[in-house]
Amino acid sequence: MKPMPWTPFASLTETLRALQTGEVSSEEVTRAYLDRMARLEPRIHAFLAVYPAQALAAAQAADRRRQMARHHPDEEVPPLLGLPIAVKDVLAVRGMELTCGSRILEGFVPPYTATAVQRLLDAGVVIVGKTNTDEFAMGSSTENSAYGPTHNPWDLDRVPGGSSGGSAAAVAARLVPAALGTDTGGSVRQPASFTGVSGLKPTYGRVSRYGLVAYGSSLDTVGVLAPSVADIVPLFTLMAGADPRDATSMDVPVPDITLPGPEAVRGLRIGLPKEYFLAEGMQPEVAQAVQDAVQHLEALGAQVVEVSLPHTAYALPVYYIIAPSEASANLARYDGIRYGPREAADRMWDVFYRTRGRRFGPEVKRRIMLGTYALSAGYYDAYYAQAQKVRTLLKRDFEAAFEQVDVLAAPVAPTTAFRLGEKTEDPLAMYLEDIFTLPANLAGVPGLAFPVGFDAQGLPIGMQLMGPHFREDLLFRVAHAYQQTTDWHTRVPPLAHLEG
Amino acid sequence: MLSREEVIHIARLARLDLSPEEIERYREQLSAVLDYFARLAEVDTTGIPPTASVLPPRSVLRRDEPRPGLPRDELLANAADTEDGQFKVPPVLDEPHGG
Repeated sequence: MKPMPWTPFASLTETLRALQTGEVSSEEVTRAYLDRMARLEPRIHAFLAVYPAQALAAAQAADRRRQMARHHPDEEVPPLLGLPIAVKDVLAVRGMELTCGSRILEGFVPPYTATAVQRLLDAGVVIVGKTNTDEFAMGSSTENSAYGPTHNPWDLDRVPGGSSGGSAAAVAARLVPAALGTDTGGSVRQPASFTGVSGLKPTYGRVSRYGLVAYGSSLDTVGVLAPSVADIVPLFTLMAGADPRDATSMDVPVPDITLPGPEAVRGLRIGLPKEYFLAEGMQPEVAQAVQDAVQHLEALGAQVVEVSLPHTAYALPVYYIIAPSEASANLARYDGIRYGPREAADRMWDVFYRTRGRRFGPEVKRRIMLGTYALSAGYYDAYYAQAQKVRTLLKRDFEAAFEQVDVLAAPVAPTTAFRLGEKTEDPLAMYLEDIFTLPANLAGVPGLAFPVGFDAQGLPIGMQLMGPHFREDLLFRVAHAYQQTTDWHTRVPPLAHLEG
Repeated sequence: MLSREEVIHIARLARLDLSPEEIERYREQLSAVLDYFARLAEVDTTGIPPTASVLPPRSVLRRDEPRPGLPRDELLANAADTEDGQFKVPPVLDEPHGG
C-alpha cells in the first residue's frame, strides 16, 4: 500500500518519520502550517507573535543539514530536525519578544533562551511563534491576556481554557504539531481538556525552569501539548533532566520511554479518587465520560480501585494562598526600571506605583494583593503557614494513594469549555475551574491529560492520570494504551478542515 | 469583609496605584475569596510540618568559579532609561506614601 501523502493533520510522530525519510522537507512542513495559520489564526488568536521568515529560514537550514548528513553517514542528525513547534509566551527565546501576555513587558526582548526551549532547539526544532497566555499564566481561560483572548477552535464563542490556551488552541486547530505550555495549577491540562488534545505536566523539578518567567516558583512546571501522548514523549524526554541553572531541577535519570501495546496495562492498578467525582457544579457528562474511559482501561486488563484523597477540597484555598504569595514576591521585579516600559513620574516611587498600577491587568493585581495580604503581619500564620501545613496533608494523601495503586484517574475539570465572558466578573467561579488540577501541582506529582469523549454540545472532555514523582512513564503507558484503542485524540474541530 | 483602608494598605505594600473604583471592586472580590478561604481553619494541623519543598531535601552545590554573565549592553537594551552603562532612575528620596 502506498503511504498517504503528508498533510498538516499527520501526527508529530508521522511528521518526524516523513522528515527522516525525505518524503517531505521541513520547509514544506513549516510552510503548510504557516499557511493554515494565515487562514485560521485571525479567528482563533492562538499566537501573540508569529515569525514566518525566521521559521522558514530555520526550516531551510534544517533541510540543508539533513541533505548534508545524507552524504556524510557519520554526521549525527538531531532527533527533531526541522520539526516546527510553538512556545508559550512565558518562556524566553533569545531575540523573540516575551510579554507574558502583559503590558508591563511590552517590547521586552530576552537576551537568553529557556533551558527547556534550548534543548529542543539543539534537537533541531523550528520555532514558529509565541502563543497567547493569561497574563503571567494567571488564569483558566486565556481571557486575562492583555492582548485579547484566544478562541476555542471547537466553538469560537468559548474559551480554550488557560493559561496555556494559545498553545492548546494552536495544537487543536493543527496550526502546529506540538506546543510548549506551562502548568502551575492546571495550565497545561485544563486547556488540553477544553480543546481535545493531550497535555503533560511533568513532575516538579523534572524540567528546568530556567528562562520560564516565574509565577509560583514551588509549583511551576514546563509541559507539552500535542494531539496524542505518543507525540509528547520525544519532546518531553529531550527537555527533561537536571540543569545547573535551576537548583530545583532534579538529577533523576530520564527514562527511555517505550510505548508498548495496550496489553501493557494488564494488572496495573488504577485508582479512582472519589472526591474528584463529588464536586459541586460537576457536569454529569464529564463524570460519565471519565468513568467510561476507566472502564475501557479495565477491559484492557487494568484493575480499578476506588481510593480517597481526603484533603482534596482544601486544595483550592491552599493553592490560591501559596501561588499568589509566591507571585507577589516574584512580580516585585516589574518596576519599570530594568526592563519593560516605564510610566513617567518625578520620583522613583511614583514610577513604581504608576507602572505597576497601570500596566498589570486586573487578575494579576488581584493575585499580587491576595499574596501580599496572606504574607502580611498578623495574617501570615492564619493564611500562608496554615496553607503550607495543609499542603503537607495533600501531599501525604497522594503518598498513601500510591501505596495502593500505580496511577490515579480523574476528570481534568468539572466542566467542558465555558463561554467567553461567562466567568470574568467572578474570580472565585473561575478559580473553581481548577479544583481537580491544583492538587498535582501542590504535591509536585506528574499529570497527563487526554481526550476521552465529547459532551452533547460537541465539546471535548478530558481525563487526567496522575502518578508518583518521576513516573511519567506509567502515565504514558496507560494513556497510550487508551489512545491505541480509541480515536478521540484524532478528532479535529470542523474549523480545522476549512480550506481557502 | 475587608475595609477600604485595608485594601489601600495592601495596595501600598504591593506598590500598586489603584483608582477609587478598583479599590471598591477589589474590596468586594478579595473579601469573597478570603471568606471562602476561611474553611482552611477547619483543618487540624497540630504537629503537621509546613511543606518546604515537594522534593526530597538535598544540597545543591557547584564550584565557586566565575563564569561570564550576560553582556551589559544587551541587558541595558530593555531598560526605559540608561546612562553611562547604567540604569537611570528619577530621584529616590522621600517616598510620598511614607511606605
